[in-house]
Amino acid sequence: MGIISRGFSGRRSAADVKLPPGQYLTTDFPVLSAGPTPHVSLDRWEFVIDDGTNVLRRWDWKSFRDLPTEAFTVDLHCVTRWSKLGTSWEGVSLDTMLANVKTDASYALVRSYGDYTTNLPLKDLMNKQAWIAFRFDNKDLAPEHGGPARLLVPHLYLWKSAKWVRGMTLMHHDKPGFWESLGYHIYGDPWREQRYSGDE
Amino acid sequence: MWRVGTVIALHDETATARTITLEIPDWPGHVAGQHVDVRLTASDGYSAVRSYSIASAPNAERRVEITVERLPDGEVSPYLTQELAVSDRLELRGPIGGWFVWRPEQTEPIQLVAGGSGIVPLMAMIRSRAATGSTATFRLLYSVREPGAVLYRDELQALSDQDSSVNITYAYTRSAPRDWPRPPGRINAALIEQTTWPSNLSPTSYVCGPTSFVESASRLLTAIGNNPDKIRTERFGPTGERQ
Repeated sequence: MGIISRGFSGRRSAADVKLPPGQYLTTDFPVLSAGPTPHVSLDRWEFVIDDGTNVLRRWDWKSFRDLPTEAFTVDLHCVTRWSKLGTSWEGVSLDTMLANVKTDASYALVRSYGDYTTNLPLKDLMNKQAWIAFRFDNKDLAPEHGGPARLLVPHLYLWKSAKWVRGMTLMHHDKPGFWESLGYHIYGDPWREQRYSGDE
Repeated sequence: MWRVGTVIALHDETATARTITLEIPDWPGHVAGQHVDVRLTASDGYSAVRSYSIASAPNAERRVEITVERLPDGEVSPYLTQELAVSDRLELRGPIGGWFVWRPEQTEPIQLVAGGSGIVPLMAMIRSRAATGSTATFRLLYSVREPGAVLYRDELQALSDQDSSVNITYAYTRSAPRDWPRPPGRINAALIEQTTWPSNLSPTSYVCGPTSFVESASRLLTAIGNNPDKIRTERFGPTGERQ
């Protein structure tokens, strides 16, 4: 236990919910981004999977929206310490998008409109753990929350769920993305409280 | 790693905002624009952590100032602004963040745009500029509810009086002083065009405030020709308690 803050009692949540360490519950949906919100028109939207040299798969908006979709409800945990439970989304599972991709790569660098990047082990994007989402709460995803489409990898801190995604590069070696190069953890598991680069 | 800081001064900036000065013996130094996590712990071990922007310039005294706006429903900010006393100890982590920062090596024109308590990390940049003798030219557009809610008013006035390279424009959203040239209202295209750097000077812009403010200010900056790559943003939501 840390130093006791004389006279502090805190406000515990009455609900019997289990949150990752150091998180608190919110019911609104705060926005955190490093720069202006890009406004991406559907005419020029595309999502490309490459291996650094060759394009492996490419979708435009229409061919992406022709893929089978899933509705899913997940909890979100932001490194700035808010958690939001039971959020409802619709998107395409990355299992679907990676289905015909032959690769022995172990990592992915996800890229966004606006030049944001984030890195993840490829296995964290597979096995029903990750989606490219385009609807939130039964509405088209708003630009400030990552529309037209964003990655959702809810088992990691939310900065890994890149907004405004445009593709990903499969890699044999891990390479830090935007926040991972600026002091945030390379993996970002909220249950192990991997917030900053010094954390276990 | 949690560090321990001792409160050495408290200063009320407005009716709802208080500056806390901490002395942290093992503080490694910081860059203007970074923030700290502050942890409060109750006697039964329950703890709550929030992030606050650092208001002070980097200094050799291992002192860090944060300015905390009291949120009516906040869990941490009422304690920090009403209960905390001089000589109390606080646990902190940081400095954190390597993106929303201004470094004295930067020589290009700087455009700061603050919404409400979003002024705090921008004040650290203005103070850092003064402390290091930087000659970078700064403009600040500070959108604030009313004159009584302005943070650091006298210091901002003194800094811009001494140095014509720091230019400040206040934009009041609810009530303005008598004879103020612009009626109260949100920032708009005309104000951005008239008071911010022309985009052909390639300024770097730092925009900090509530989400809706940051969305609109960064859109307006982009609309007058600023490259989105040169606009850095920091947002805090109603529950974020992030200054």
